[in-house]
Amino acid sequence: MAELDRKRASAPAPKEWTYAPAPESRDVVRLEERYGNFIGGEWVEPAETYVTVSPSSEEPLATVAQGTTADVDAAVGAARDAFANGWSALAGSERAKYLFRVARILQERSREFAVLESLNGGKPIKESRDVDLPLAAAHFFYYAGWADKLEYAFPNRRPAPVGVAGQIIPWNFPLLMLAWKVGPALACGNTVVLKPAETTPLTALLFCDVLRQAELPPGVVNIVTGDGRTGAALVDHPDVDKIAFTGSTEVGKAIQRQLAGSGKRLTLELGGKAANIVFDDSALDQAVEGIVNGIYFNQGHVCCAGSRLFVQESIYEPLVEKLKRRLTTLRVGDPLDKNTDVGAINSSMQLEKIRALVQSGVDEGAEIYQPPCRLPEKGYWFVPTVFTNVAQSYRIAQEEIFGPVLSVLTFRTPDEAVEKANNTPYGLSAGVWTEKGSRILWMAQRMRAGVVWANTFNRFDPTSPFGGYKESGFGREGGRHGLEPYLRFEE
Amino acid sequence: MSRLPVKKTYKLFVGGAFPRSESGRTYEAEGQNVARASRKDVRDAVRAARAAQPGWAAATAYNRGQVLYRLAEMIETRAAAFAELCGGREEVDRAIDRIVWYAGWADKLPQVLGGTNPVAGPYFNFTIPEPTGVVAVLAPDEPPLLGLVTRLLPPVVGGNAVVAVASETRPLAAIELAEAIATSDVPGGVVNLLTGFRRELGPVLASHMDVNALDVCGSDGERPELERLAAENVKRIVHGRPDVQSPWEIAGFLELKTVWHPIGT
Repeated sequence: MAELDRKRASAPAPKEWTYAPAPESRDVVRLEERYGNFIGGEWVEPAETYVTVSPSSEEPLATVAQGTTADVDAAVGAARDAFANGWSALAGSERAKYLFRVARILQERSREFAVLESLNGGKPIKESRDVDLPLAAAHFFYYAGWADKLEYAFPNRRPAPVGVAGQIIPWNFPLLMLAWKVGPALACGNTVVLKPAETTPLTALLFCDVLRQAELPPGVVNIVTGDGRTGAALVDHPDVDKIAFTGSTEVGKAIQRQLAGSGKRLTLELGGKAANIVFDDSALDQAVEGIVNGIYFNQGHVCCAGSRLFVQESIYEPLVEKLKRRLTTLRVGDPLDKNTDVGAINSSMQLEKIRALVQSGVDEGAEIYQPPCRLPEKGYWFVPTVFTNVAQSYRIAQEEIFGPVLSVLTFRTPDEAVEKANNTPYGLSAGVWTEKGSRILWMAQRMRAGVVWANTFNRFDPTSPFGGYKESGFGREGGRHGLEPYLRFEE
Repeated sequence: MSRLPVKKTYKLFVGGAFPRSESGRTYEAEGQNVARASRKDVRDAVRAARAAQPGWAAATAYNRGQVLYRLAEMIETRAAAFAELCGGREEVDRAIDRIVWYAGWADKLPQVLGGTNPVAGPYFNFTIPEPTGVVAVLAPDEPPLLGLVTRLLPPVVGGNAVVAVASETRPLAAIELAEAIATSDVPGGVVNLLTGFRRELGPVLASHMDVNALDVCGSDGERPELERLAAENVKRIVHGRPDVQSPWEIAGFLELKTVWHPIGT
């Protein structure tokens, strides 16, 4: 024993505890230099283009279409033709088989998609590989199964497809959001025109190759890339029957206004400012992991991110100390490195927005903490940040930052926690940490939010409805409820 | 000498009380002077609704069902008076039966509209419907009683509080209904009924930041403008129809909440 102790004491301590680089290979992805719009099963040469870059290196990845009104019109026309000439009349069991094929091909090509997602969006490969891709495939698999069972979903109603769905998705989970939108739309017999986010078009464009392999009839899915102008053209198009939008509350409101009186169906999945509430009887270490996952997952580019941490006063100090210590272990850097916890900020524009809001927090008097962290020279980066000494009125406690920035606030009683948590125009998600079962249910009942995670955070599943209260939008995605936006019901 | 009847003053129904319009205005409808609600009356009604809503939502579903059933009882006992103010006894009967039908939904909604979700992981996950909050209803002009009941009951049975604008041309049935509500056990503020001009009151309700949903049933040409105003706080828009009966009517005024909890030892 004494011998052993001596040996251990004499072993030289390593000078540095850094991880060796473990980059995922990029070979698996073969990009074209230039992509058109995918309309009626064909690549259509665009009139206008822009270059999409990698946010972690700023290197250009490909030239893609800046979709024009004419492109949108052609895509809607193709979708209408496909709807009228076969797809809507196809037996549900046959639609199902196409979607099962898509799910399977995504599983088969998952590494390729994961690498491209991290390359174009900046998220850690660990997340694109273990979250985005498995969930995207699972969504298609889940909704495939519904396609021939729709009459069982809504008792005493006769479901029919809505028609052509215009779908506008964000840049935080590009392929997963595509799956959330396209899966249920197709299962219900609609055809779609999808506009990917301006900064992350590539996995959607690669998805067109999955459609080719699945032999999906032309025009059932059309993809037009571009910025907000392309989206606005899609919203405006008279032959679109339904708009599904995921993005900021500001744009969501603009779309709702734009569609006022048009009779077009609309679902909105908008911003959030989720409260993550930690009681003094919670399992502290688990709570810390949940807090970190809640706000630093995907660089905080998550509409349901737990960006407002409410800590019961009696555990404020130990919890914040544990949290800060945990932050020092987060590895920020190359999204393609398998050890990376926090990747690149999605765009320079988003980085500017985060910087401005963080500056406002400092200016308003909050105390900032950022762990020591070496950031790559090129690309868009932001150090995981915690603000303490935050007042409810500060912008960082009110506005959605959509970045790796946490505001810590405190409360004394459960009633006060409820009051503060609900004091926001948003209502997408909430987190509750306590070991007391009755309190979990009591809190869950009172949160004005569409998703409540108790003793966990940021969990998603195709069977689980997701969507907001209040200004976080309306309509649900996922589960049986996620079918309803894509169906009309005949009398 | 024959006896001179005591005539009724037709007033608003806000927070369980019967105030005149704060504006002091009336308009003539069906041969009576009826209160012409103002912007301020709308705000008072929304405040009353907001105050009453949490308590109504927190009542047990069994209790809400009984309270609404009680409303049907109250209308039945004064059915003759109601028949004078609408399309007649048949409309009254249908309105009563519709209330009874909806009353029975109070404790069945979560099982039909919600459920547990088989997520791929060690979590218990369930979805429940909850009221969206304060709902504004523009009731149709016709039928004056059944139309209002059809639009009122779905949000109320779901646990919402309502501010409704009555039929503009035939508001007396709505006022009679307010009196029946006041003598049932519906808590004050859960249903607020305003009489007046829809064109004047609709935009105030549509743009009110503390209203969560808007049923535009009774609107016509002004619908695009109402929907545009409603976007400011992402209101849920319901295109209600004057004569329809379905649990899916209730669903339009409900939110779905999904709760996750890990399963473990």
